[in-house]
Amino acid sequence: MIASNDIPSRTNPQETFVLNLGPQHPATHGVLRIKMTMNGEYVIRAEPVIGYIHRMHEKMGENRTWAQFLPNTGRIDYLSALHYNHAFVGAVERAAQIEVPRRAEYIRVITSELNRISSHLVWWSAFLLDLGGLTPLLYAFDDREKILDLLEGVTGSRLTYCYFRFGGLCNDIDDEFIQGTRTFIAQMRPRLKMYRELVTDNIILRKRLEGIGPISAEMCRKYGATGPVIRGSGVAYDVRKSEPYSVYPEFAFEIPVFPESDSMARYLVRMEEMAQSLRIIEQALGKLPPGPVMGKVPRVLKLPPGDYCYAVEAARGRFLVRTVSDHKEFPYRVKLRTPSFSNLSLYEEACKGMMLPDALALLGSLDLVIPDIDR
Amino acid sequence: MIPSLEQLSDQFTRLIRLGAVAPNVQDSAAASPGPTATPPPSPGPVQPVDYSLKGYHLDITVPPGQVILAAEILDKNGFGLDAITGVDWIAQDEMEVVYDYFHPLSPLRVVVRARVPRSHPEIPTIYKVFPGANWHERETHDFFGIRFLGHPDLTPLLLPEDADYHPLRKDFNA
Repeated sequence: MIASNDIPSRTNPQETFVLNLGPQHPATHGVLRIKMTMNGEYVIRAEPVIGYIHRMHEKMGENRTWAQFLPNTGRIDYLSALHYNHAFVGAVERAAQIEVPRRAEYIRVITSELNRISSHLVWWSAFLLDLGGLTPLLYAFDDREKILDLLEGVTGSRLTYCYFRFGGLCNDIDDEFIQGTRTFIAQMRPRLKMYRELVTDNIILRKRLEGIGPISAEMCRKYGATGPVIRGSGVAYDVRKSEPYSVYPEFAFEIPVFPESDSMARYLVRMEEMAQSLRIIEQALGKLPPGPVMGKVPRVLKLPPGDYCYAVEAARGRFLVRTVSDHKEFPYRVKLRTPSFSNLSLYEEACKGMMLPDALALLGSLDLVIPDIDR
Repeated sequence: MIPSLEQLSDQFTRLIRLGAVAPNVQDSAAASPGPTATPPPSPGPVQPVDYSLKGYHLDITVPPGQVILAAEILDKNGFGLDAITGVDWIAQDEMEVVYDYFHPLSPLRVVVRARVPRSHPEIPTIYKVFPGANWHERETHDFFGIRFLGHPDLTPLLLPEDADYHPLRKDFNA
């Protein structure tokens, strides 16, 4: 990385050229385009061009009932579908004052945390792929496969889950799931240790990430960057702790925070988070309450007029659903505030003056899911 | 650096008084024809609300000219920008611009709203206070056609580059 005061000497407009990255490019993991103005190997300006797979979920929300919109939420950030389910059912339950049985909340937490691990595993393998390491992907997808099998057993799908319902869940978990999850926890812990020894402590990885792509806590605040990005900048902001929802206050877990603010810090946050998710799942399985998984819900849902917000900690950060109801069967407005959108918006400022391979390492460390940006 | 709810309410009440322009919530409610299916306007410009019912703590209504001052107050208090969006209240011939703020160090959540006439939807940009507003305002312009005065680049962000329609307006038909 070059110091910021070196940049002016490299910004002679006569020596710059435009490098078009994407919309089809392996490092963008989806249909994202970045218009890079380069001076040799140095990035003068990087302008993300988004919207290639914009589907207007928010308009779809206005054209169907509350329940009919639920499957859409699993298709925004497809790697973190259950968290998005959670935010939407949470907003509706808050508005309609629906009581959710405790067992359902526990299962929501267990499945959400499994989803978080599977999402982080995809990020981890894709990120290392960007940096030139193919092998970790094979290991990570092996672990992820076990999670997908477990979740398939209870939700019926492997990726775009639609498992939560207003007032609870569509399906209770069985002994097979509980046993399988316990086995998974026991298998995953040594794997995380192995990943640390083989990959995280690897000198090449460290050289590629340490000190690269600093993002200050102030920049995160100004751009609304959340999730592992803000926690890699030394701020212990996690919706599960700072705006507690569901039954998260009943579990002991830590929010991993790394103050270094570089790509390595964001990497370490996610690696540590997987261990914490395992801790939460273990506790939740240990004290899983008996009872029903579905509360009392009116047959036709008409929410009282007004606007309602519900935020969750998705795998990429704060996901907020803001709905406006006018006491009809359809929502009047559904706003989806997605973490990838805000996390990418700081990219232009953050990667000024970086070398191109470092700028791509920074891009990977943001963990973007493109449908989550474009919606 | 972590403000209390009371301190914030005071700062905003003072701001709105200084502005000497009462927010026109009541006016708009009076102008709306008949029993429209819209939520009743909040009784005052600075309203503490029950988090467990709404999902935020403070609901602030300001005139469009004061959104920058409101953003500056929240910026000084350490808030971060969550999102900016719009709501088309077609029955009242108005559009609402909604600013969501979160605080990285406290559970406090604040909503700032301003209403602009539908025929002339213009409001100042806050991107100089929160650079993250740049994209959110562009998106709101895409979807609602609300013009953010002083914004550096209001070209379509998510819609096609030649889009001249605003799909989240209630009178938009595909």
